[in-house]
Amino acid sequence: MSPVSQQLYLSSSPHIHSGESTARVMRAVLYSLIPACGVAIYFFGIPALAVLLIATLGCLATETVCQRLMRQPVTIADGSAAITGVLLALNLPPTSPWWLTLLGSVIAIAVGKQVYGGLGANPFNPALVARVVLLISFPVQMTTWSAPAPLGSGLDLVTTATPLGVWKNAVMLTGHLPESMQGGTIDYFLGNMPGCLGEVSALALLLGAAYLFYRRILTWHIPTSFIGTVVLLSGLFWLISPEKYPSPAFHLLTGGLVLGAFYMATDMVTTPVSTRGMLLFGVGCGVLTVLIRLFGGYPEGVSFAILLMNGATPLIDRYLRPRTFGALAGKV
Amino acid sequence: MKLRTFAGGIHPPDSKQWSAHKAIEDCPLPAELIVPLAQHIGAPAVPCVEVGQCVAKGQEIGTAKGFVSVPVHAPTSGVISAIENRPHPWGTSLPAVVVKPDGEDRWSSDLRPADPGELSPEDIIEKVRQAGVVGMGGAAFPAHVKLSPPPEKKIRTLIFNGVECEPYLTADHRLMLEDPERILQGVALLQYVFGSERVVVGIEANKPDAIELFEKLCDGTPVEVIPLQVKYPQGAEKQLIAAVTGREVPSGGLPMDIGVAVHNVSTAAAINDAVVLGRPLIERICTVTGPAVREPKNLRIRIGTPLSQLVDTCGGLVETPGKIVLGGPMMGFAQLGFEVPAIRGTSGLLLLRQDDVTLQPEGPCIRCARCVQACPMHILPTTIAAYARRDMVAEAAEYCAMDCIECGSCSYVCPAAIPLVQGIRYGKAAILAKKRNS
Repeated sequence: MSPVSQQLYLSSSPHIHSGESTARVMRAVLYSLIPACGVAIYFFGIPALAVLLIATLGCLATETVCQRLMRQPVTIADGSAAITGVLLALNLPPTSPWWLTLLGSVIAIAVGKQVYGGLGANPFNPALVARVVLLISFPVQMTTWSAPAPLGSGLDLVTTATPLGVWKNAVMLTGHLPESMQGGTIDYFLGNMPGCLGEVSALALLLGAAYLFYRRILTWHIPTSFIGTVVLLSGLFWLISPEKYPSPAFHLLTGGLVLGAFYMATDMVTTPVSTRGMLLFGVGCGVLTVLIRLFGGYPEGVSFAILLMNGATPLIDRYLRPRTFGALAGKV
Repeated sequence: MKLRTFAGGIHPPDSKQWSAHKAIEDCPLPAELIVPLAQHIGAPAVPCVEVGQCVAKGQEIGTAKGFVSVPVHAPTSGVISAIENRPHPWGTSLPAVVVKPDGEDRWSSDLRPADPGELSPEDIIEKVRQAGVVGMGGAAFPAHVKLSPPPEKKIRTLIFNGVECEPYLTADHRLMLEDPERILQGVALLQYVFGSERVVVGIEANKPDAIELFEKLCDGTPVEVIPLQVKYPQGAEKQLIAAVTGREVPSGGLPMDIGVAVHNVSTAAAINDAVVLGRPLIERICTVTGPAVREPKNLRIRIGTPLSQLVDTCGGLVETPGKIVLGGPMMGFAQLGFEVPAIRGTSGLLLLRQDDVTLQPEGPCIRCARCVQACPMHILPTTIAAYARRDMVAEAAEYCAMDCIECGSCSYVCPAAIPLVQGIRYGKAAILAKKRNS
């Protein structure tokens, strides 16, 4: 019998671990965004690539500077700042000027994340905080959209409006849907339409989301309840007044709903932890999105809806706890 | 067919392939057997022998003190060489009777077989108590106490736990394969004691051979064999009851509150030996396994055998271990060394390498909710642990910390490597301390 080493660990159980780590989770999310980034670059070319690079590097740099200033260990290797950067880029128009993108990344990390204490402590989705601050502060740059000019098509990016913007303007001016909005669903699905980098291709986003489902990083609750609510509620308005309100398919495939429902509203840090809480969160996002889109001042409401529900998350977590196993009637 | 299970839980690699196919071997008697007087939940036994006294195998060497207590017995014939404090699996030194074997392994002549047909339920419970039978799944609660529920608590459903959901462990599995008659005798005895209407043996689906064997043996008997989904902690009492009956043991209550009792299959075999053969609980099956041991085995060991003897019987160590665990990797206890004896609750000895146990640095909670999804008690591990570690005892209690069964699923899945169950344990202790002081 060999002598026992002095290196014995004496920690309490459990003595094994799944091997999962925060960095692995974050890497998987980054991988899942590759198709969406690829489509963005395909449709919008070099400007899209520039936005992606500036936003990501900007977030990494901001996180480094913040943590250095606070004399904390620099944690950019965990991948969370990179995700914020990529998500921010996907939430910006492809023609966004470099200073706007950079400013966005500084706001996302410094104001959206580090002031609260860094990873895990921020109440609001950092990328959306940045998007909304930019949208309110620089409405011209943030709503200058361009039609896609697929790589190799020889086209230049031409300024135009998003489908939701077209609809909103038409309804405000004439009170009914514009002629140009008949059909086009397949183009919307593939991403052949104006919009933010990541809002354009539902297909690419769903591919990435499927990977996250497979890795069990994404659960169905928020995306399903969010999108389901939007479809039901917008369908109701559409059935009542189809000449004024667009169809659920239009709501689903244009604008930021798919990006929002699968990537922004599922940010773990800023959403509820219980199943029932997640479902309520998704429903709340859906209702607010439809209300803002149909009756609000902005054509797009996904970002505002998610941020508002982020703010409600501590409340949801407090009152919608899971029912404890064996709980007596009337108690959690 | 969809297998029954509970909501929540995790899927760690079961790691049973190391030892599942190995037939049970007898572990040779060591130079000395260290029999702790406390091996069970409840009051420790009191020594009733003197140093230098000769004892026969199965002779009582420690008497039970009170109702929630059991006697301990000489695991072989020999001489009492010491009664002193020795290192104990619970992490401290505790009183133990040390027996030096004489090599004859001679049974005490006081132990007599009985015809179970002539025994009343009270006789059976008394024999179980005298034999020192405790729950052998790991908790080691005195079996006779569990056999004596208050008369108003009728046990309608009797469940035998052959789940063995802890990774690595195969002791119950081998016992079910090699000694099913002893288990089923014990099952019949307990059914007689409780007068239960429904008797179930629950076995996890990763033991198809055991399921098949028990289905064959129970065919035409009132005993129902229920295969269960492979998921940890399927073998935890409350989760097993939920899977089998669809009912939940109320918070803070006991299985008997909903008319259920759960016993391990090994306990059933020990009850059979106690009642039919008149033999006390002096041996058990123990899986010696893990990447750091040369030849994993399922051993029939005498209670009190030092761990060093178990390791030697399994060909020694492949490399210096990083952790010595008594029990399984999810709920077992880390040990300080190999001089500790195996006791009645020792279902396994798991030897992990340095590489297997290197601690991942803890990161901030990213609220991924994996612990919430994994928790078989449906509480919020991350919230409770955060409160407990900040000494916010009232808040931890309000979030149902006391309902935690300490299965460790939350810590296992946490990507930030936060010691969640460890924090909750700390919180539970603080809650209990506060209750005692008020």
